[in-house]
Amino acid sequence: MIAIEHLTKSYRKFKALNDINLDFKRGQTISLLGPNGSGKTTLIKSILGLVVPEGGTIKINGSEIKTHWEYRSKIGYMPQIGRYPENMTIGQVIRMLKEIRKDCVSYDEELIEGFRIPDYQHKTMRSLSGGTRQKVSASLAFLFSPDIYILDEPTAGLDPLSSEMLKDKIAKERANGKLILITSHVLSDLDDITSHIVYLQDGKLMFYKTVGELKHSTGEEKLNKVIASIMKNNYLTEILTNENNH
Amino acid sequence: MKIIIKYVLLDLLRNKTILVYTFILAVLSVSLLSMDDNTSKGLLSLLNITLLFVPIISILFSTIYFFNSVEFIELLLAQPIRRKTMLLAEYAGIAFALSIAYLLGVGVPIFVMSYSTAAVTLIISGLFLTLIFTGLALLIFVLFKDKTKGIGAAIITSLFFAILFDGLLLSFIYSFSDYPIDKPLLGLISLNPIDLARILVLLQLDVAVMMGYSGALFKKFMGSATGSIYSVVCMLLWVAVPLMISMKVFKKKDL
Amino acid sequence: MKSIPAIILLSSFLLLAIADSFATITKVNPGPNSIHNAIKAAKDGDTLLLLKGFYREHDIVIQKRLIILGSDFPVIDAESKYQAFIIMRDSVTLQGLQIQNIGKASITDMAGIRIVNATHVIIRNNRLINNTYGIYFQHAGQCDILNNTIHSNAKGEINGGNGIHAWKSDHLTIKGNSISGHRDGIYFEFVTDSRITGNISYSNARYGLHFMFSHNDTYTQNTFKDNGAGVAVMYSKGVIMHENEFLLNWGDASYGLLLKEITDSKIEHNRFIKNTIGIHMEGTTRVDVQHNLFQNNGWALRVQASCSGSNFLENNFTGNSFDVSTNGTMMLNTFNNNYWDKYDGYDLDKNNIGDVPYYPVSVYSVITEKIPSAMVLYHSFLTDIIDQVEKVMPTMIPDKLKDNYPLMKKLNL
Repeated sequence: MIAIEHLTKSYRKFKALNDINLDFKRGQTISLLGPNGSGKTTLIKSILGLVVPEGGTIKINGSEIKTHWEYRSKIGYMPQIGRYPENMTIGQVIRMLKEIRKDCVSYDEELIEGFRIPDYQHKTMRSLSGGTRQKVSASLAFLFSPDIYILDEPTAGLDPLSSEMLKDKIAKERANGKLILITSHVLSDLDDITSHIVYLQDGKLMFYKTVGELKHSTGEEKLNKVIASIMKNNYLTEILTNENNH
Repeated sequence: MKIIIKYVLLDLLRNKTILVYTFILAVLSVSLLSMDDNTSKGLLSLLNITLLFVPIISILFSTIYFFNSVEFIELLLAQPIRRKTMLLAEYAGIAFALSIAYLLGVGVPIFVMSYSTAAVTLIISGLFLTLIFTGLALLIFVLFKDKTKGIGAAIITSLFFAILFDGLLLSFIYSFSDYPIDKPLLGLISLNPIDLARILVLLQLDVAVMMGYSGALFKKFMGSATGSIYSVVCMLLWVAVPLMISMKVFKKKDL
Repeated sequence: MKSIPAIILLSSFLLLAIADSFATITKVNPGPNSIHNAIKAAKDGDTLLLLKGFYREHDIVIQKRLIILGSDFPVIDAESKYQAFIIMRDSVTLQGLQIQNIGKASITDMAGIRIVNATHVIIRNNRLINNTYGIYFQHAGQCDILNNTIHSNAKGEINGGNGIHAWKSDHLTIKGNSISGHRDGIYFEFVTDSRITGNISYSNARYGLHFMFSHNDTYTQNTFKDNGAGVAVMYSKGVIMHENEFLLNWGDASYGLLLKEITDSKIEHNRFIKNTIGIHMEGTTRVDVQHNLFQNNGWALRVQASCSGSNFLENNFTGNSFDVSTNGTMMLNTFNNNYWDKYDGYDLDKNNIGDVPYYPVSVYSVITEKIPSAMVLYHSFLTDIIDQVEKVMPTMIPDKLKDNYPLMKKLNL
């Protein structure tokens, strides 16, 4: 569904993305992991067309995105920091996006209902807590039932109940054959729903494996333990050599 | 595009800064126009306020607003919208909101209290300055990544056009006073929208004669219909060119 | 011996009575050459009463001591080719006539009423319409021009003539006339000891009043309005200007009052309102400018460095774009006890006199004086700043040019 080849991006001398090759398929839930500044955000922004890559290609459903923009109707994006114009109400933000997405006729309002957003839709964005903003952002990402979801730190700041609700929703959409890309620091949250893990460091792709493979090779059951052991034991090189042997 | 403009306006018309800006302009206009029995003098004071406040407020407010909207712009750009459309819509929304503020703050009092050709010229010039400096703010926004640097650039830009440019112009006049510099001066004035606006309005007031007293060519040209058209065209270019550059830069900008 | 003056007095009364008994009043009706014929028939001291009507007559030379009265403004029309009256005898009176359509010639200055080598002529209550020159004095003296309306429509400075033109004359009294649409409203050249009072001179192509080489004249209570270049007083001494109004002389190179080479004169209680330049002074010596009002002028005063010994005392300066400008760094004139609306000093001892001097010349005005092109920066933010800085640290303006005793309150003028 998303095919990334030789994607490169640098900010001045800093290489944010260094020759990334990835292929994401329908029905996958992919966790993008990596320390701060590893290139996670740059990667998803490249896919969204917010960052203009300097080399390589990104294809969605076989066609290159370049400066096209129509493809973005297939993507639901939940940004990390949901900041909206201060004096807009939640209702206005939702209505605006609906008006912009005139192409979409049926809305997926499951999260809007689940988060009880209609109850406080007259509140202005300025007056909202971080958690509520996250809820709005999540609702918006799912509103137009796209084929691809890109969720940047989706559970950060959400209360446990909402977090669970979101995770259920993600799992449900995955079951519907959608592709879900998630970046997250809170690893345990992702245990149940992740199928693949992409690990980036210093703009380089360290590995792209299924959760099962990783658990097997590290001997750990919990996903955060898996990652921790990867980071701690300098396991990376080993995996890298393994990968090269393949 | 209309949708985004509409919602940006909905947001801005409830913005406290815009409301305060409108209110201050209105208070200044009413007090200046009613204080002086001589309306031409009231207009002159309003001209000075327009020339000073409008550029600085427009550019500073817009720059801050643009930088504060980065996340919102990202969200919009994640939708199936052309970058160009989105940027133009954001610009139009802010420019429109600031223009409404100026019209309510200065336009309405002038129309009610001292309607004249000069007053109309003043309002048109004020609106042009709003459009121009909002456009420059947009250019700053697309050129800088960092908000603090952007605000710095906005302050420098407005100071440059409000004072520094005239200083350079004065030293130019000083250095070349022995040569016929009226024509080059005309060209140089076009490089500063604030000067253009000032002269456009002054030539409609009866103090125009002060300018004609010495620089005959200047008054002859700028006071004529051709001169007015020339200034308006220059102002239009001042609106269009920064916008076009912004579009071009924004096409390649990483958010 | 005592009776001799009495006898002289008595006999002179008798003589007068006899003369009067001979003087007749002749009514004149419109007709071919009727005025010419009536004058031919008249003798010294006669009165001609022109009845209402249209007289197509011209070059009417009066060499007798006549009184010519008009009843209901009879019209004397010179068909845009000729002159109307030429007075060459003392003590002639013209009154109540309408004299119109005087011709234009390049050799002679054609006038509605020309007074040549005559004294004690009275021109009263006439209308002079559409003439090249209205009233023209040439070697005249002790004449009175009272309450006439003199109107023309001169298009340019070159073609038109003057409303009242006086050359080499003295002791004229010009009072209560209304003059418009000429080249100069009133023109004096080599005219002395004359009074110009209560006239209004407006919308003339050049000057409302123009003085050349005319000494010891007084003009008071006149209004000069909307003239091409204002009022010019040049190369004269002992001129007294009182209670006149200089209004709306507004345009390129336009003055309320232009003084050039004027000596020992007084300018008092005048009002200068909305002129491009209130008073422009060049090469003046000992001119007192007192109790005048300068309001809403472009420049209230332009005092060139060639002026000396003048006192500017107790004037009001309000709403002028520039109060004073000068072209040099020397100032040999003094400014004291004036009210300046731009003065922002303080008065701690409450004696109505500011405790710090006022510098009426702004740096920007100095700059524009040196480099006129700098006028394009008029009303820009920069020039305001420059002026403010100069106030704190004076470097450019003539330091002698200051009012040491600026008034805190406007004078009642």
